[in-house]
Amino acid sequence: MFWKKQLPLIIVFMMGLIMTVQYFIPHHVSKWVYVNYVDWAIVIAIFGAFLGYFSFLRVHITRIRKKTSNWVFSIITLASLLIMIVFALIDGKGSDSLFQNMFLYTSAAINATVFSLLAFYISSASYRAFRAHSAQAVALLLAAVIMMLGRVPIGDKISFWSAWGIPSINTVSQWILNSPNMAAKRAIALGVGLGSLLMTLKIILGIERTYLGN
Amino acid sequence: MTFNLSSNIWVWIAVFFTLSVYSFLWKDNPLFKFAESVTVGVGMGYAMVQWFTLSLVGRFWTPLTTDFSSRFHLIIPAIMGLMLITRLIPRFTWLSRYALAFTMGAGSGFALPRVIQAGVLQQLYATMLPIEFSLHGFLYNFIIIVGVLSGLIYFFFSKEHKGWFGSIANVGIWFLMVGFGATFGYTVMARLSLFIGRVLFVLRDALGFLKI
Repeated sequence: MFWKKQLPLIIVFMMGLIMTVQYFIPHHVSKWVYVNYVDWAIVIAIFGAFLGYFSFLRVHITRIRKKTSNWVFSIITLASLLIMIVFALIDGKGSDSLFQNMFLYTSAAINATVFSLLAFYISSASYRAFRAHSAQAVALLLAAVIMMLGRVPIGDKISFWSAWGIPSINTVSQWILNSPNMAAKRAIALGVGLGSLLMTLKIILGIERTYLGN
Repeated sequence: MTFNLSSNIWVWIAVFFTLSVYSFLWKDNPLFKFAESVTVGVGMGYAMVQWFTLSLVGRFWTPLTTDFSSRFHLIIPAIMGLMLITRLIPRFTWLSRYALAFTMGAGSGFALPRVIQAGVLQQLYATMLPIEFSLHGFLYNFIIIVGVLSGLIYFFFSKEHKGWFGSIANVGIWFLMVGFGATFGYTVMARLSLFIGRVLFVLRDALGFLKI
């Protein structure tokens, strides 16, 4: 029990304490602890990544072995992975290598296209979201429309009222971004900050221990 | 109208995958699934190769073997890293707890003062603005102070949102809605610019149809 449960919790507490204290004490030992912690964390993460790669391979190999639905696409996934490794072995990783070109013209291109695909779906989503049922939904709709128009040159072009000294769409969009939007984001950031603070304290004090598993 | 087709095979591969992804607008189909599988495989292959060369060799093996006398301590995290891998062996899974305990404990201790600094104090500091009796003071400082306070009150669920407390929370909802609207508008424009980028790629880089 001690080796499996209490000792890990003692390590968590001690390490938490050491790393917190080193921040507040400007001493060469503190700096040494900080520098070595960064190195150690990287080395542990390197081995941790192996766990992720193994899990990825296991999922796809299991799908192929059990011939679950769409198992053929697992073969394509593994084949693509293998091709990347072979390309790196035969041609290196230089700027115009097979490895870099394969990544740029397949994965990077596909990712950019998938994100651009959202331009279409976001339109239908906005139709559903913006059916102004309440005054607050109207506020959301107005802020979004002003923001969209304010990001393109047409926003200034159609702001004919700016000739009378009334702020243009671009100016209003900038104000929304810097004032009410900033206030909302800061309230959320403070909530996240306080939540993170409590979570780190719970981990150091051993109250939160789900990461240890069963 | 003249076409100047690209002679680069990679460009046509990218065009094929671009159109395969856009075929999803019609419905989910094997072409889209193919593109999806390729990007996962290529992405993982890229990550694995970079992990091996830059991380395992570059950050661990080379420093350890070239300067063993001053970097020998890297063996300790390497042993902890190997302990993490024992998660794959049910009988020895508990050994991975030591590596997790070190990572979580040190990580939490490392994050704690920084979270207080960046996540709480800096945010509070930026909100404590002078209330100026001018249009600029009202439009910026006053709105930010009211927005942050009412937003925080909206997120405070230990007290029922009724009476004056509920009214302030309601003001917080208004600010949050405007904030979400702004984020949504910004995201739409970012996605549209990506779409323009893909259209330009097909029309200009592949077909040579546009000269911009």
